[in-house]
Parts: sequence; structure tokens; C-alpha cells
Amino acid sequence: MSAPVLELKNVAKTYRVKQGLFGKPKPLKAVNDVSLKLGRGEVLGLVGESGCGKSTLAKILLGLEAPTEGQVLVDGDAIGGQDRLALAKRIQPIFQDPYSSLNPRKTISDIVSLPLRVHGVGDAESRAKAVRETLELVGLPARVLNTYPSQMSGGQRQRVAIARALIMRPEIVICDEPTSALDVSVQSQILNLLNDLRDDFGLTYLFISHDLAVIEHLATRVAVMYLGRIVEEADVEELFATPRHPYTRALLNSVLTPDPSQGVPDTQLGAAYPNPISPPSGCHFHPRCPFAQAECKAKAPRPIPTASGHVECHLHDPESTMYRENLSV
Amino acid sequence: MSQLQENAKPLLSVRGLTLDIPLASGTLHAVRGIDFDLHKGETLCIVGESGSGKSLTSLAIMGLLEKNIRRSAQTLDFDGVDLIGASKRQMRTLRGNRIAMIFQEPMTSLNPAYTIGDQLVEALRLHRKVSNEEARARAVELLEKVGITAAASRLGQYPHQLSGGLRQRVVIAMALMCEPELIIADEPTTALDVTIQAQILSLLVDLTKEMDVAMILITHDLGVVARVADKVGVMYAGALVETGPASEVFGAPMHPYTRGLLHCIPQPGKTKRGEKLGTIPGIVPSLIGEVQGCAFRTRCPHVVEACRGEIPERGTPPHEFLCVHADGARAAEGEPA
Repeated sequence: MSAPVLELKNVAKTYRVKQGLFGKPKPLKAVNDVSLKLGRGEVLGLVGESGCGKSTLAKILLGLEAPTEGQVLVDGDAIGGQDRLALAKRIQPIFQDPYSSLNPRKTISDIVSLPLRVHGVGDAESRAKAVRETLELVGLPARVLNTYPSQMSGGQRQRVAIARALIMRPEIVICDEPTSALDVSVQSQILNLLNDLRDDFGLTYLFISHDLAVIEHLATRVAVMYLGRIVEEADVEELFATPRHPYTRALLNSVLTPDPSQGVPDTQLGAAYPNPISPPSGCHFHPRCPFAQAECKAKAPRPIPTASGHVECHLHDPESTMYRENLSV
Repeated sequence: MSQLQENAKPLLSVRGLTLDIPLASGTLHAVRGIDFDLHKGETLCIVGESGSGKSLTSLAIMGLLEKNIRRSAQTLDFDGVDLIGASKRQMRTLRGNRIAMIFQEPMTSLNPAYTIGDQLVEALRLHRKVSNEEARARAVELLEKVGITAAASRLGQYPHQLSGGLRQRVVIAMALMCEPELIIADEPTTALDVTIQAQILSLLVDLTKEMDVAMILITHDLGVVARVADKVGVMYAGALVETGPASEVFGAPMHPYTRGLLHCIPQPGKTKRGEKLGTIPGIVPSLIGEVQGCAFRTRCPHVVEACRGEIPERGTPPHEFLCVHADGARAAEGEPA
């Protein structure tokens, strides 16, 4: 990998959550000791169930939340020291719901040009030109300039959101479930567009999605998150060919490919998602893990390097009594 | 359109179901004359994009349409009861009793101010003469059946104390309280995580098989359809454009729209990583005013002049589709006919 454009070093975010009126605030580790490296032009797919900390991580990267521990580096510079404006030039978001992420009272031209005005770039004329160019880039005709979001379809709105994110020519785009609110036929158009833009501008994406088929299609690397921790990270080929963590296996198992010869898969994930305020001891995944043993309850697994990433599981730790050369279910 | 078991009398029979919504700018033809049959124990999945009329179809069967929507049909028959002519009182004895409904967002179908137990018991005692104790016993039995641990202690809990997956299980248990013959599930797993989605779907499949309940499952997710459906109805702009057994609709999709949809989703093993996904250009046409010919023609790569006229029914039961091309233009796309 070339020098990472984005690097997270032991990033953690702890919220203090009050329980009840007089309850003492308890720590909630939304993001727990996350280290990631992302090279230029890569697409990191981030997967995990709701509440696992995906969106908190996205907020930290966007500078909307400060990490309680650790560092985020963009091109080697810690973002803690940079001001929000400088950071916003380099990292831009695209959110899930194009209905709530666009101001309904502003025209498309106002919405897309806002970042330029905030940063004081150019004069009115050059800004208008930039807006027209960017709209063309995302496949919107110039006639939408003076329309309002309510006059547009979901797919068109998401294109507006993409245009707004790209007008500052950022290096990194955080896509938080960018297609899950869209219809199937529109989803594929947006995914194709994101892929083309990445090729054209060498963009780096952090792509958050619960749709593993989409992740497999688009991502170059995948990180699997469970209760605030990255429990497995690898190149996309490796992760989908040889998933190591039992949770990764369960996630891959739950993908419903349109194959009528197969029934609904058994994920073997009996218990529900644990309460993040009182996470299970040892390995956080042990209450739901089909391989769990006493060791998993007692001791948290350490990160074990794999061919292209790492996994946190005793089954893959050569020093553990649970170690297995080959894990087959 | 299709009949899987030709001989048996269907549980639900729909012919020419039409839903019109009068608007200031004209009449919106939301559902335009759809036909289907559903037999006991069968699962029909209706798949389509937003605005295709799939949810309205389910509400029309339940008699839960808003007052301004005009409903008409040649036949809308549930086990001998004409649902078009049925009185409000008749509909009330059917709903929640013989026909149950499961909605997308469990929090909206549960009352936040009442305990799980109260709501489950009410569902049964509204329709059956049973004591409170008997109803609670049945509630515990069903909560256990839908995989909820410590069921008896859950009866006193409120909906907000449960996770999304557990809430949807409670909603399913509530739907089953009166042993319905038909369950209509509108996007029952869309709001849930993928792992929970698989659990809830397999629960629905197992229960409907075990209790011989018919199910109409409405979804936009082709993966869900493929794994759950006995038969499939593909809906576009208010019309069922293709119906048939799941294996045939996915194995040899006939309508250009069905094939277009399948090309839009990345399929592991089939779609090359990073390759361009298929798209369906254009947008869904307006259904306000007179709709003539095939509504898909504005987006179809195989459009011909005849698409503006009457569209013939093609194929042989149980696999049928609406298209001017006898092979649904499969040959033109290089697919075996």
C-alpha cells in the first residue's frame, strides 16, 4: 500500500450515558481501539449491525465528534489540530436519506454551491460554473439548477448530495448507507456513478453499508465491526473467500442472494445484539458464538495478523488452547 | 393469473383489482386490474419498486384503504366471502382473526402505552370467547414459538424495552394469536439488520408451513423473494407484469422489467467485482390520467410501436407475463427462450 491517505490510530469514543433520573452515568464505548489504514483510491467497506459504532466512526472522521482516545491522520497530519473548515475540504459525507439531508427550502443551485460559499471560493460567476460542471459530472441536467429537492426523485436527490460532496474536490468521501433508501434500479445507477467518480478523481471511500453484496461489489478492503471493535479486517477477496471470525461468517451467511433453490439461511446467531453499556466479558461476541468456550468468556482475544489484515478471535490465536489450523463449519 | 394447484379452490381469489385515487390533476390509477390466486399454505411474494402499488394492493385486501381511494374488482373473494361487498362489521370479524397483517416498522404496530401481554391478549379476546388466563397462556405459548426466551416474564414489558428484532417477533406472535388463514406481511424485515432479517424470515417460513397459513409477502428485496416465495408477482406501475413459480421467474425471467431488476443487483459469483451494474434508465411514468399500452415501454430497451396498444398475456400458466414480444424479448438479449 502507498502512504495511507487516512489512518486511524487506536481511536476510541466513549459516551457517558445516564440511566434513569438519578442513575450514575455509565461509559458506553461506541468505538473501542480502532486502528485502520486506507490508501489512496481504496474503498473500505465497513459492515456491522446497527448500534455497532459504524456511524460514530464516520462522525469522528468528519470531525463532528472528537475521539476520546487515539488519533485520526489525513495524509499524515492529525486532524485534531486542523480546524473544521480545512478538514471539510478534504473529507465530505454522503448520507443515507436524500430526503432529510437536503434543505427543502433551497434550490439545487444553492445546495450544491454552499460549500464553495462557506469556504469563500471564487466569485458568483465561477461558482455557478463549478455547480454546472459538477451537476453534469453526477448526471443531472442544468435545468434542475433552479428546482427544489421536493421536485426530484430519490435517485436525483442522491445525485445532488453527491454533487455537493464533490464540489470541493475532496480526497475522501464518507458514504453512510448511500443507497439503502433507494429503489433497486436507482441503487445500481448510484453505485455505478460512485465507482466511475472514484476512477476519475482517485477518490478514497469509506463505504458503510449493511448490504454485503454491495460491499463485495464495490470495496477493496472490508472491516467488520462488532460492539465498537474491528473484529476482522482484510482485502475484499480474502474476506469473502476465507472469512475467519465466526461473526464474519454469520454475516456472510445471512446474505440473501436471489437464488430460489436455497432457503433462508441459518445464521446460528441465537441471542440478540448485546447491550453496549454492559458488554459481555472477554470476547464481546461469545454469547452469540457457536464456537464459544470458557476462554472466550474470560479473556478478550488479541488481534492476530492474517494474510492481508487481522482478526480478533481465540480460534486463530496460535497461543490459545482453542487454536485450530483449519476452521470449517 | 396463475394457478399452482388448478383443482383446489383458492383461499384468496383476485380478479381485475383496480384502485383509483382522484386528485386535483386527474385520476391516479394506482393499481390497474391485477389478478392472482392464493391457495392454503402458499406464499406469494409481490416484488416491485416504490409506487408500484404493492402496498395498496395489500391494504385493499384488508379493507384498510383511505376513504378517497376507489376500489373495484370483478372478484375479491376470501374463502367464499366477497370482500368488496362485505360490511364493516364483517371485515372487522375477518381482520386480525382470519386475515392478519404484519407491517414494516414494529414500533408503529405496537402501542407504546400498553404491555406486550395486554396487546397479545386483546388480539385474541376481541375475536374469541376466552378467559384472560387462557389468552395469557396462549400468548406465552406463541412468544415461545417465535423464539422469545423467558416468555412469561416478557408479558409485563413495554415495547420500548425490547430490541427491534424482538418487537417484530412480538408482532408476528400477535398476528398468529387467532390462528389466521392468511397473513399479509408488508416489508416485515426491511427495518431490521441482515442477521435478524434471516432469523425473522426463517421464522415466518417455518410457522406458515407448520400451521398451513397462506402468506402474501410484499418486498422490494429480490433476495428475500427468491428464498421465501412459492410464487412471485412482479409489479410495475400498478400492474402485475409477470407471475409464476419462484424457480421459473428467477430461472427464466420473461418480462424485460424482471430481467432488468435482476441485472441491477450485484450477485456474488455472477457479477464481476467492480463491473458496471445493469441499470433501468428513465423513471416510472405518471399514472395520472389514461394509461395506455405497456407502462414499461418508456424504459424498455425492446420498445416497438405495438407497445402503445393492447398488451397480450403471454406464457403458459402458472408462468405468465404481459408483453408484446412472444418471448418477452429474451432472444433479443441473447437469453435462451
